[in-house]
Parts: sequence; structure tokens; C-alpha cells
Amino acid sequence: MPNDDKFPATRYGPAERHMAESLVEIERQMLADPQEEDCDCKEGMFNGLTRRGLLAGGLALGGGALIGGRAAAEAPPGAVEYYVQPDPTKEQGRLILQDGGYGSRSQFESEVRWRYPTASIESSWSMTPLASGHGIITPSGLHFERHHAGIPAIDPRTHELILHGMVDTPMRFTMDDLKRLPAVSKIHFIECSGNGLTEWDEPTLKTVQGTHGLTSTSEWTGVRLSTLLEMAGVSDGAAWILAEGADAAVMTRSVPIDKAMDDAILAYAQNGEAIRPEQGYPLRLLLPGYEGNTHIKWLRRLEVSDKPFMTREETSKYTDLMPDGSARQFSLEMEAKSVITFPSGAMKLPRPGFYEVTGVAWSGRGKITKVEVSADGGNTWQEASLEGPVLPICHTRFRLPWKWTGEQAVLQSRATDETGYVQPTLSELVDVRGLNSVYHLNAIQSWHIAEDGEVTNVHA
Amino acid sequence: MFMRNLTVVCAIALATSPLLADESGNGDTTERTSAALPERLEETGERAPMEPPKSSAETVGDIDISSNAFGIGQPATEEQISAIDIDVMPDGQGLPEGSGTFADGKTAYDQACAACHGSDMEGVSELGAPALLGGRGTLADESPVKTVESYWPYASTLYDYVHRAMPLQSPGSLSPDEVYAISAYILGRAGIISDDPETTLDADSMAEIEMPNADGFVEDPRPDVGGNE
Repeated sequence: MPNDDKFPATRYGPAERHMAESLVEIERQMLADPQEEDCDCKEGMFNGLTRRGLLAGGLALGGGALIGGRAAAEAPPGAVEYYVQPDPTKEQGRLILQDGGYGSRSQFESEVRWRYPTASIESSWSMTPLASGHGIITPSGLHFERHHAGIPAIDPRTHELILHGMVDTPMRFTMDDLKRLPAVSKIHFIECSGNGLTEWDEPTLKTVQGTHGLTSTSEWTGVRLSTLLEMAGVSDGAAWILAEGADAAVMTRSVPIDKAMDDAILAYAQNGEAIRPEQGYPLRLLLPGYEGNTHIKWLRRLEVSDKPFMTREETSKYTDLMPDGSARQFSLEMEAKSVITFPSGAMKLPRPGFYEVTGVAWSGRGKITKVEVSADGGNTWQEASLEGPVLPICHTRFRLPWKWTGEQAVLQSRATDETGYVQPTLSELVDVRGLNSVYHLNAIQSWHIAEDGEVTNVHA
Repeated sequence: MFMRNLTVVCAIALATSPLLADESGNGDTTERTSAALPERLEETGERAPMEPPKSSAETVGDIDISSNAFGIGQPATEEQISAIDIDVMPDGQGLPEGSGTFADGKTAYDQACAACHGSDMEGVSELGAPALLGGRGTLADESPVKTVESYWPYASTLYDYVHRAMPLQSPGSLSPDEVYAISAYILGRAGIISDDPETTLDADSMAEIEMPNADGFVEDPRPDVGGNE
């Protein structure tokens, strides 16, 4: 194995090592795939990231689903291949409702989620293509996924939520019940605490989709969990609440009752329509600012208790191992983080000139108040402009005009949130937490710009 | 291949037009596994709006909006709760009746678990199945090995997870006796309890097991790194 030195069997454990090795190999194949669609129109800027390359990667990873999609129509996922008029001003366009009343994206757009090559297809994750994202909302079909046992198809007419444990009146709610209760809509990011887990030791993945693609932002609509808890009546001494999903993992996490009463939402809608199956249809627990694993999908049960339940996901997983052998538990809040999405890894700047540096910043503790950008590896910083609305616990778009002179540069971004917390460097993180904590890497990301315009992931 | 002929496209559009599909929407008589197709309003043909969601409450009851009394939802019965209340806590709360021996556990493990986790619980990386044994004393090393034996703080979690989500291809299929037996076998092989074939686990003995890394976890001290303005 070429990566034996990079991923020593002992440090990564057999499963993680296999995962990391496959990952590096498959990304290499994807980027090296012959580009049949190369054309002058690309200007060399998005080298290697064409549709065919992505689909080839997807085929290698995803098994049959995409094969079917390709066979059925020569269109990217989520698009329909329509006739392209030589001159659209000289003939009628396609007819209204030919799409059946639910639109699809342009056949000229091919961005897709990218599956991280875990050994098991049932327990896997896919990453959001941040480089091509605009604004702050992630399209529902590109929201990152993390499943531990596949995606169940659940009929909302029979799905129920049971709330019990330390409450005065255990309650049962149908989906109709939940939709009749007072609702809220909030725009929040969800980030998997494993986002960046390949990047602790050395730069491993090449693209921002690989290094940062486990964060996405949607507008979520649902009923406040506090509404249900007040209806049921929480008993004195209640301190934790167990949330349980209806997937084959019957996923469980314990949540502090204060969080449940504060801003937790039982979401049935995402970006204005029913929540997507892979995001938890028909019902998902949303815990703004908490690590993604706690946002239990396909929610079926809530149990109030005076103690945490110590489920598998909050003991053997999602705990952060420190250099002294102790492990941090219930490290739930996602700390402030930012990343430049343009320019970013595996792109190639065509020539010196003007570029708008842009990216996203977010914090699980509130609003982003400042993002600074450095083009010299952190020696000097310039404040980027934040594009409103700047919302708490939400992706925040930043932009900074930049003139690339054609010399080497290292682009970095550094976020500050409303608590005053400033995003740390990787070496600051590693000094305290070592290299084995896996989760919660929120360090400053560095992109090296070579003299030929090549952008690469570096530790600087 | 897309059809350029406009008349053909028109014909297809008409043939599949929802306006002509009035017989749809009678979901009561046909078993459907997806949503009912849109219904149409008479005269205008507009899509009928969704029906207001129905409360499952038997009576409307007393409504006091200011105190979150909406008359919506209904009390859950003991039977409804116990049908899905499967979690097990470190103090043993939730452990069901039943028991299993180390010897029975070996049989059950070989049958249900060994294909993925290996006959010696060494894990099979190609399947993403982690090792269950070993690694004790390595957590502070440069290359720590995290297993049930070395890392998991509570035996209750082993019962809960095996019962809840294993085996991968038939989760939730093991009986309480089988889960107790498999737990006894894994913990016996780990040297955490006796590996005598007659060693038996049940609700009481399970709750008393002390795991090697029980004291290995600390509260989240963050923010621990990062500047502060």
C-alpha cells in the first residue's frame, strides 16, 4: 500500500486506515480522469472538476444508482437533458409543465455531492461542493449527508413521535399534530464534527469539498421542542433528553435539557418544502450550533432523564481523545470556523489579475463578527466584507477583492464570532489536542497559489 | 433523445396532463406507497390545496394558547412507549429480563458477528468493522487503539448498541438472551469478566461491570484554543 507511512495501521485503526487510503486513491483517480469535455471555455480555472470526472468518481464510489441515471438520460443528476436550440430566439422553447410541475436544474450544471469512500456503503457520508456554492444557502439536494445505516423511506401518515420519561404526561404526536402546532423558521448551518478529520496530520484531500464539505446551511421549519416539552410538563430534576431515530441504526444521542428548551426545533421542512429523505424525512431534530450527529434524523422518540444515556455515538464515537489518553465527552458546540471557497484546492488561476476572494464563515456560538483574509500565509491580514444578512449559527458569506500578481501566495481566512472567539491556527490546535482527537478541527485553512496559478491544500 | 417535433411534444403533454387524470386522488381504495396525486378543483381546474392537518386528539379539550395547551396530540400509553423504549443506561435501567453465557455467546458470535468483526474480534477493515479487543493502555500513545475493551466506558452501551443496531444486515434481530450471551463472550474475551464458559450475564450482573476506561472521559473544556478579542 502506497499510504502505509501516511496512515499507520495502528493510529488509524483498520477501518479508518482503509477509509483514508481508498479516499486518497479515489480522489486521485477522479482528478486524473481523462477530460473528454475539456474546452477553451473552461479557461483552465476549474481544472479536473468537470462533470464527467465527477460522474466517474461517483460511479466508482456509488455503485448502481448513478449507472441507472446515466443510462436513462444523458443529463447530470438532478437535471433533464432537453433539446438545445441552435438559436433560442428563432423557435419556441419547451412547454410549460413538461417537468410535471417540479422543476430541475439546468442540464449545464453538474455539481454533486461526493461520497467519502468509507468501507461500508451503509455507513458513509457525502460532502457539499462548497467551491461552486453561492450565497449562504445550500441547495437541499447538495446538503451533506451522514448516515450510519442507510436512508429509510418513511411514510409520514404512520410516523409518530413519542415523548416520555421524566414528564407529567407522556405524549404521542402524529406528523399532522406537529404541523398544527406553532412553527418557527430558522436558517442554520449543520456541520459534522468529523469535518476535516483527514487534515490533522498533513494536507490530505485536495479540494474544499473534501476538506470542508461536511457543513451546509438550510432554512429549517418546524415546531420548537420546548413547545412539546411544556405540553408534556417536564419533571423536576430533568437534565438530559434522549433523541432516537427510526433508521436501522436507531441512532441515539443525549441532549442537555437546557438546549432542548432553548432553541431546539423539530424540523419537518427544509428550504421551503418537506425535509429531504436523506436529511431525516419526515422529522429531524435540529440543535443549532451542535455537532451534526446530534441532529437526529427520522426522529421517533424523545425520553427525558436526569442523566445522559451514554449511547455508542457519545462514548465510543464523537469523543475527542487527548494526548494524555483522556477523552473529551459531550463536546457539542461547533466553534467558529471559516474557509475560502474561491480560489480553493485543485483550481488553477488562468493568469494574474483581479479575483474576488470569497468563502463562508460560521460559528455554533452565534454570529460571525469578522473575517480576515491573508494572502501571505498569515503575516498580514485584511478585513473582508461580510454579506448580510449575518445570522447567528449560520453560514456567513465573506468577500474581498484581490489582485494576484502572479507570485506565490498563501491564502487564509480567520473568523471571529460574537463571543470574541478567534479561529485558531492548526498548530495552536495540535499543541493542545494532539493528533488523535479526530473531531472538531476548526483551524485556519491554507491554500497555496503557485506561480502557474495552481491552487493546493497546504499546512502553513 | 429529445423530440424536436412540436406536435409530438404537444400530444405527449396532453396525454400526460394532470388535468385529465381526474380518477387519481382516491387514495382510500388503492394502496399507495407515495403521495396521492394532486386533486383538481371543479370549474377552474386549480390544484386543490392541502387539507389542514388533523389533530390526533380525540377531543379538542381546553385550549389555552398562552400556556401551550393546544388540544393537539394525545397521551402515550405504557404499551405504546414500551414497544419502542429500547435504550439501556449505565445503571442498568432498561435492561430486559433474560441471560446468556460465555459459551452461548461464542456460538452466537460466530454465527452473527464473526463474518464482519473476525473470529478473534480483530475487525475486518475491508468491511469497515472495527476490532473489539485489544488496545488497553494505548490511549496516550502516539497510535492509540480504541476498542470496546480499551475505550468504551460502560458495558450498558455494548448491550444497547448490539441490541439496537447489530448485526448490520439484520439489525434488531437478536433476542435479549443472545445479546447477553454475546456481551458475555466479548467482555470475557476482553478479560473484563471471567472467560469461564459458564459465566453468565443478566440485568443485575451487567450493571455491575466496571469497564477499564470508565474514568477516561472528561467534560468539554472548550474554548481551549483560539484567540479572544
